[in-house]
Amino acid sequence: MTDHHPHGYSRRQALLGALGLGASVTFMGRPARAEVGGKKLIVLVCRGALDGLSLTPPVGDPDYAGLRGAIAYTPEQALKLDGTFGLHPALTRTHALAQKGQLRIAPAVATPDRARSHFEAQDVLETGAVARYGASSGWLNRTLQTLSPDRKVEALSVGAVAPLILRGQVQAASWSPGRNADSNARLPTILQDLYKTDPLLGPVFARGLQTEAMAQIAMTGLSAPTQPMEGMAQPNAAGMQAAQRQGLSAAEKLGTTVAKFMTQPGGPQIVAISLDGFDTHAGQMGQLQSRLAYMDALIGGLTTGLGPAWSDTVIVAATEFGRTARVNGTGGTDHGTASSALILGGGLKKGGIIGDWPTLKQTALYENRDTAPTLDMRSLFKGVLRDHMGVDQRALDAKVFPDSAAARPATGIV
Amino acid sequence: MALPGKDMQAAIAATRFGLGARPGEIDAARGDPRDWLKAQITRDGADQPATDGESAVQRLAEYRQQQEAIQAARKAGDQEAVKAAQRDRRQDVNQDFLARAQLGAATDASFRERWALFWANHFTVSATKQITASVAGPFEQEAIRPHAFGRFEDMLVASSSHPAMLTYLDQAQSVGPESSQAARAQKRGRRAGLNENLAREILELHTLGVNGGYTQADVTEFARAMTGWSVARNADEGVDSAFLFRTATHEPGERTVMGRLYGQKGMDQARAIMADLATRPATARHCARKIAAHFVADDPPPSLVQRLEKAWLSSEGRLDVVATALIDAPEAWEPTPAKFKTPYEFLISTWRAAGTQPQAYNLLAPTLNGLGQPPFRPPSPDGWADEASAWAAPDALIKRMTFAQSFSQRIGDCLDPNTVAANALGARLSEPVAKAVARAESRPEALAVLLMSPEFQRR
Repeated sequence: MTDHHPHGYSRRQALLGALGLGASVTFMGRPARAEVGGKKLIVLVCRGALDGLSLTPPVGDPDYAGLRGAIAYTPEQALKLDGTFGLHPALTRTHALAQKGQLRIAPAVATPDRARSHFEAQDVLETGAVARYGASSGWLNRTLQTLSPDRKVEALSVGAVAPLILRGQVQAASWSPGRNADSNARLPTILQDLYKTDPLLGPVFARGLQTEAMAQIAMTGLSAPTQPMEGMAQPNAAGMQAAQRQGLSAAEKLGTTVAKFMTQPGGPQIVAISLDGFDTHAGQMGQLQSRLAYMDALIGGLTTGLGPAWSDTVIVAATEFGRTARVNGTGGTDHGTASSALILGGGLKKGGIIGDWPTLKQTALYENRDTAPTLDMRSLFKGVLRDHMGVDQRALDAKVFPDSAAARPATGIV
Repeated sequence: MALPGKDMQAAIAATRFGLGARPGEIDAARGDPRDWLKAQITRDGADQPATDGESAVQRLAEYRQQQEAIQAARKAGDQEAVKAAQRDRRQDVNQDFLARAQLGAATDASFRERWALFWANHFTVSATKQITASVAGPFEQEAIRPHAFGRFEDMLVASSSHPAMLTYLDQAQSVGPESSQAARAQKRGRRAGLNENLAREILELHTLGVNGGYTQADVTEFARAMTGWSVARNADEGVDSAFLFRTATHEPGERTVMGRLYGQKGMDQARAIMADLATRPATARHCARKIAAHFVADDPPPSLVQRLEKAWLSSEGRLDVVATALIDAPEAWEPTPAKFKTPYEFLISTWRAAGTQPQAYNLLAPTLNGLGQPPFRPPSPDGWADEASAWAAPDALIKRMTFAQSFSQRIGDCLDPNTVAANALGARLSEPVAKAVARAESRPEALAVLLMSPEFQRR
């Protein structure tokens, strides 16, 4: 490709020109479809082992307060869900959704991994395999592979680098708020040419250019441009409240921007977003307050931005493992086993908790230290993929989650 | 396995073992590329960046003063003073990072620098905590660089007793449940207890590896042995060293870790456990694989891993011997580059190719933030990933292009792009890229094409 663009072309046209006609037509010009393709799924990967007993504190469990000591939430502090569970006090917007019947919780869920290692467990959570190195691609990517023969489904991860959950055969887009590429240069065209025989850089670069074009469209609808991510600024000294407010409005804006991506014709229907900072070995309460407030603002932004499409959307927030049932010596908790997952959606079925509550009785604790798992994480994901995204169960059992027939899809969520 | 010709070897030595070729470097390596690399292995360790020279002790003292100043200013409602104090604090950390990047960009022994960076990442600390941030630079200078070509055991002990690591992984606050301190705390109605974080990561990440054969019980026992390894809180506690062994928080008694009994008293107990960990076969295997994956390929040839493992075991973890084995390994000289540069490596190699060094922190930080590798802030104790799948994402590649464009627009006008290309890649420069550089419509465009070329993005 050696064509020059005359001055006065918009950057979008220039980028689309660089993509080659075929790709741009497929990507940008495809009319909105009305079939099941409208269903959307957002997975929030909470990294660092999010403490389930703080996310959805079981304030009605008679052993909870004793085990947790100074880091227990009182029934008054927790945002009430039912007779046993509440939500973390920072999750006010999530709680408002709960009151509309748009939240279900799985309070004792775990992957098959029991090693209590972040990296191993995140691998298992994201690959959907039984053990580490069980698969080299992510289960969301294999979901795309499974769906693609019948309908075209696009996926997007938020962040400069793609998380394992979306890595694999199907090239998914990745995007993060930041500086935009200079569209007037010929460089993209030259590079596309140099990358055309490069199996790694070729497809990745083409994807990047497509997403840049899409980002332009999404962001022109916003009142203000998205600011670059903060660098070294640390919201944990003075000015903390101001920094936190700023962080929350950035989270909200991130949510609405991603939602705008998703509601564009041909926009992504599957999105993965990583949230980190959940490894709370010390000073847990303060750390969780700010991290969960960020998550709450993100969820708020997503639901607001999706508008009517919210009724076709499910958000799942899950973590690699939970934390010890007892508080440790430093106001935190150490690596544990089961944690809690959140399932949100505009069209959820009514019902109680997903999976059983094992209670926190000493005899019920896993290895006398952790919340015992009563639900396989894969069952939760499989239930959502089958009943919401319409993924065939045989494919779920064999391909999306290899050798997982024994982990039956959780029913009655959507 | 036949080695490629001397021209290709020289290009590989400078770009794969090193941090990218500066002008004239590939020529200098051409005589004997292996000897050129081996000459960079020096007994006194890696070079020190030109920082303000403050030690961890001085930095911690400063940190505490700043903390007091911030509290006083906050009490007085003086927001400007609070901001100024915080700016001062960030300034030190940013200068540490800039000095390291300048060393990387300017050194003529960049294999030595890459080797040190590898070990700094192996023993990851992250500036996600402010106190850790203040000593993240000194951590590399005090715990990593002096031992870069010494005994692994010495580096392990230096890392595990450095205030950066002790604060980052919460070890400084860990209290033995049966220690005298715990008893005192209980009397006052306070809880004090064990924190397993550092002990676990030493086993999982620094030594044996996740499949290294240890159990939860080993983690807990090792954590008990480590109690007492702490940080001095003020000058009275520690004048010469920021490390302080607190007898009062040490868990008394014998410990059993991985089937061995440790009856030592005080800090010697954890020290003895570390000495054993450093020479266990699982540690050799774990580290050998990681070195091979960093220097050669995301999925390295098993024969290379075995070579490094053998060198490790026969030398009881001497890192100069392991580095020499890597240089001697034919697998490391495969002409097709398999490693995709991390953002930091990409940036440093860019300055090296241009024959300059970054003059300001802000020329580095925004780009590194955008590319997902913010300065001194790896997301977890696992450190920065170095496989292609972690960095070669669509958005990241577009951001690399944006950086290449603005870098080239800034300095591309004063360079001859064809010479820069030949100097930076030598025999690795491919015909299509040489042609695209030569045909570019401006010097800045030519330089940007070179920086974004498949062979410059890899090593």
